[in-house]
Amino acid sequence: MTDLYLILAVILFNVGLVGFLIRRNALIIFMSIELMLNASNLVLVSMSHVHGVLDGQVAAFFVMVVAAAEVVIGLSIIVTIFRARRSTSVDNEILLKG
Amino acid sequence: MTGAVWAPLLSGVQVTFWICAVLAIVGAIGVIASSKPVYSALSLALVMLALAVVYASLEAGFLFAVQIIVYTGAVLMLFLFVIMLVGVSTRETLVDTLRGHRLAAGLAGVGLVALLTLGVGQAITAPAVGLEAANAGGNVEGLAQLIFHRYVVAFEATAALLITAAVAAMVLAHPKRLRPKPDQSVRLRRRVEAYVEQGVHPGAQPSSGVFARHNSIATPALLPDGSVAPESISATVASRVPPADPAQLGLPLAQTLAAIEGRPGAGPVDAEDSPSSPASPSTPSSPASPSSPASPASPASPASAVDPPGPAPAASPDRSDPEGGSDD
Repeated sequence: MTDLYLILAVILFNVGLVGFLIRRNALIIFMSIELMLNASNLVLVSMSHVHGVLDGQVAAFFVMVVAAAEVVIGLSIIVTIFRARRSTSVDNEILLKG
Repeated sequence: MTGAVWAPLLSGVQVTFWICAVLAIVGAIGVIASSKPVYSALSLALVMLALAVVYASLEAGFLFAVQIIVYTGAVLMLFLFVIMLVGVSTRETLVDTLRGHRLAAGLAGVGLVALLTLGVGQAITAPAVGLEAANAGGNVEGLAQLIFHRYVVAFEATAALLITAAVAAMVLAHPKRLRPKPDQSVRLRRRVEAYVEQGVHPGAQPSSGVFARHNSIATPALLPDGSVAPESISATVASRVPPADPAQLGLPLAQTLAAIEGRPGAGPVDAEDSPSSPASPSTPSSPASPSSPASPASPASPASAVDPPGPAPAASPDRSDPEGGSDD
């Protein structure tokens, strides 16, 4: 049964990874990152259940806090880029240079 | 799921897992396959809600609530705000910029799934202990015990992280000024331009009137001809206060001075001028007497000190004398 939780987490993580690789909209890339973070949270919580200690849940809690901070920063960066270029595509972020 | 346990054929936890796993995987594929960002965000909400239910079935009640409140409630709503703000109608082009990019990424994903699944299947053999003992005093209490004792430093660092993130978000999202802020040179140039083109007086506007009994900003200043200077009162005040009569403003002083001198009241100009000339000899005469023995040598200083008793005719030759001396 524990294997199944981990396999679900693996599948979710890889779907997020593939989304991160193939999509070019910065917002969807961010959602893919959130998907990967959620998969890692699932591993932490299920391992907490396996070992019978709560440290995994504390780690998952901290991951959530860091993810919230990261989303705030990332979305404001996206808004800033959108203001400058009227686009959220990450294809030509080379324009950020200079 | 090894099949060794037969008594409960399928426990509630397993039912929950299978339902939520299917929903989560469907939602995850929806996140990366939707062409519109809004559909992606809603699919992500489905994934997060399914995972929250999984957390609840894994005896993580606090994380169940936090997952719904923080992720589904706050983070996803932030995503939706930004989507509505920047790109609700943006569609990506589905053409690969790199040849075979999507195919390679998909193959890498499938390969990594296979690799990790094999690794996980090989590694995990021990049955789950369960959290009944750890959650004996309550899940939230147990987590609080850990967070505020063993992980208190990480907790404090989290506070610093959140503050930094909030400040950074404000700095990043702060818009630029639409037009540059006018500095002093720009304002001065505008003022001179207004003077050249429209004849607007470039200097400061007259201040409000100051009289013996009135000095509020509702009191108008008087022009030399006795009429009211209209710019001396702000338009806001002028629209609320009835206009003052200029003849009434100088009247109390004239009446008072007339009463002091015991003669009938005169016009304000006469009342100002006539008492000032008799009053001036009385006051400088007392300092003039000690000053004249103190400095007898210089011709200019005793002249200016003693002069006020004889007002006009004594002053005019005195002014002309130094000029003639300098000319010689």
